[in-house]
Amino acid sequence: MAEFILMKGNEAIAISAIRNGCDGYFGYPITPQSEVMETLMVERPWETTGMVVLQAESETSSINMLYGGASCGKKVMTSSSSPGLSLMCEGLSYLAGAELPCVVVNVVRGGPGLGTIQPGQGDYFQACKGGGHGDYKMVVLAPNSAQEMYDFVDLGFDLAFKYLTPVMILADGVVGQMMEKVELRPVKPRWSDQEIKQNFKWATTGKTPDRKQNVLTSLALDAAVHERLNHKLQSKYKQMEKEDVRFESYMCEDADHIIVAYGCMARICENTVELARNEGIKLGLLRPITLYPFPTVEIQRLVPQLKSIMSVELSAGQMVEDVRLAVNGKIPVNFFGRLGGIVPSPHEVYEAFKKEINKL
Amino acid sequence: MPTTMELKDIIKPENMVYSKSPVLTNNVMHYCPGCSHGTVHKLIAEVIEEMGIQEKTIGISPVGCSVFAYNYIDIDWQQAAHGRAPALATATKRLCPDKYVFTYQGDGDLASIGTAEIIHACNRGENIVVIFINNAIYGMTGGQMAPTTLLGMKTSTSPYGRTEELHGKPLKITDLIAQLEGTCYVTRQSVQSAVASRKTKRAIRKAFENSALNKGTSFVEVVSACNSGWKLSPVKSNEWMVENMFPSYPIGDLKDR
Repeated sequence: MAEFILMKGNEAIAISAIRNGCDGYFGYPITPQSEVMETLMVERPWETTGMVVLQAESETSSINMLYGGASCGKKVMTSSSSPGLSLMCEGLSYLAGAELPCVVVNVVRGGPGLGTIQPGQGDYFQACKGGGHGDYKMVVLAPNSAQEMYDFVDLGFDLAFKYLTPVMILADGVVGQMMEKVELRPVKPRWSDQEIKQNFKWATTGKTPDRKQNVLTSLALDAAVHERLNHKLQSKYKQMEKEDVRFESYMCEDADHIIVAYGCMARICENTVELARNEGIKLGLLRPITLYPFPTVEIQRLVPQLKSIMSVELSAGQMVEDVRLAVNGKIPVNFFGRLGGIVPSPHEVYEAFKKEINKL
Repeated sequence: MPTTMELKDIIKPENMVYSKSPVLTNNVMHYCPGCSHGTVHKLIAEVIEEMGIQEKTIGISPVGCSVFAYNYIDIDWQQAAHGRAPALATATKRLCPDKYVFTYQGDGDLASIGTAEIIHACNRGENIVVIFINNAIYGMTGGQMAPTTLLGMKTSTSPYGRTEELHGKPLKITDLIAQLEGTCYVTRQSVQSAVASRKTKRAIRKAFENSALNKGTSFVEVVSACNSGWKLSPVKSNEWMVENMFPSYPIGDLKDR
C-alpha cells in the first residue's frame, strides 16, 4: 500500500533526496527553504544510507562542493533561495561547461536584492536564460505541489545524468512552505562505487592503468576545441527540446483563451479557469512543467484555436517573453503579475483576464 | 680504447642515476624557465609515485598559471573556479573518503578570491592536502599585485610599489591557517635549491600521509619564484626571493601535531 505523509514542499525535497539515493547535500541557510537542510540534519541520513550532508560557509561554496561531488560521479544537490542562487551562478556556469550533473533547488522569493522572504517568480530569466556567463542552459523543472517537490528530485537526477548537466528545480515560497500529503515512492539505493566506475567513465574515480586520466574542466584555450565544446552543449539543448519538454494541460481542448502559468500560480489559475467556465468563457490553462525546455511547440499547436493567451506570474513579466516568442505575433499575448511577494487570488486573475479580453 | 662515447653507450639502465617519475606526463611544461611550479609538480608526482597512490589521488587545480597542472601530473583532476578548490576538495574527500585529495593553489586563488573557502575548509579540518604556491604575484594575468605582494614591490597594478596606505600589508595567510584548530600540519617551504626541494618533498609526503590518518588539514606553503612577473632572471629571482621574501615568509613548520 502506498505510504502518504503530510509534509511541507521543502521537507519533501529532503526526504526525497534520502529515499532516492542522493549521495550528498551541501547547502547554506536562507528563507524560505531552510527546512530542506534542517530536515536532513534531523533525519541524519549518513547513519542510514551514508548520504553526506554538510552546511557550507556560503552558497558559493556549496555549489562548488557540488562540482567536486559531481566530478566523482555522485548524486549531489543543493537548495537555496534567490539571493543564494545569484551567488551560485558562477558555479552553475562552470558545472554546465564541465558537463557535470547535479540538482539545484531554488525556492524563489521576491527580488531584486535582498527583496523579500515572500514568494516570487522573478528568477525565471536567471534560471532559464543562463544566469551565469556563457552559452549554457539548464533543465528547469517547475513543481506546483509538495508531491512534485518530492518527485522532481528523482526526475532531476535522471535528467542531470542523462544530459550531464545541472538541473534546476525552480519552486517558489508557496510551494516550499505549503503542507500537503506526499506519496513516498519506492526507495532507490545509492549507487555503489563499482556502478559509478562502470557507468561514468568520465568521473574522477582515480586513474587506473587501463585508462587515461580524467580531467573535469570547462577550460579550452584552443579556439577550435572550445567551439566544439560549445556546439556539443548546444546539441544537448536541442535534444532536451526534442525529448524532454513537459507540461500539463487543463481544459485546453476546446479553449478560446488560455492562461500560461507555472508553480503556485498554476494552482491558483486552475480556479480562475473554473470561474471563467462558470460564466461560459472557454478558458484553459497550460502549465509548463519544464520552463526550459519550454513547451513552445504545444503553445504553437494551440494558437490556431485561440483568441488570446495570458501569462500569469509572480514577476514583472518574464515567462511571457517565451510565450510571445512561441506565438510570434499571431494572437495577442497579455500579462498579469503581482510583485513584492503578493500572491493574487483566482478572482483577481480572473478580473485581469476579463479586462484584457474585453479589449479584443 | 675508444676516446669518445656515443649516446647509446651512455643511456643504459646501469648508468641511470635519475629518471622522471612515471606519474609525470611527457607533456612539455608551459611554465617559464625558472618558475617554481615545475619543481613542485615534480615533487608531488614523486610523492604520489613513492606512496603508490596514483590510483587513489584526486587533484584540484586552480585558476592561474597552474590551472594546467593536470597536463603534467598523471592522475584524475578537477579544475575549479578561481578560489573554490577547497570546496571541491571538501566534497570529494567526504564522498570518497578512501581517496587522497589535494588542492594546488596560488596566492591570488587561495589568499584573495578564495579566502572564505580555504579558511572554512581548514577550520572544518577536512582531511585534504593544500599546496599553496606563494610567489607574491598574479602570474597568468600578467604580473598584478597579489595579497602576498611585499610592501614596496612593483607590479602592474602597483606600478610605484605596494604601499600600506593604499593596499594594507601583505596577508600572511599561512600564519592565520596555523591558528585554525582543524589543521594538523602547517609548514612553509621553498624550492630554490636541491636542499630546499628535498625538505619540501618531505613536507608534501608528510601532508599526504596525514590525510590518510584523518588528522585534519595539512597545508604546505611553498614560497616560490615568478621571474617573469618579478622581471628578473631565474638566478636573480631565487636570490631576490631568499633576500626579500623569506624575512616576511620565514621557512619552517608553523604547526605539526
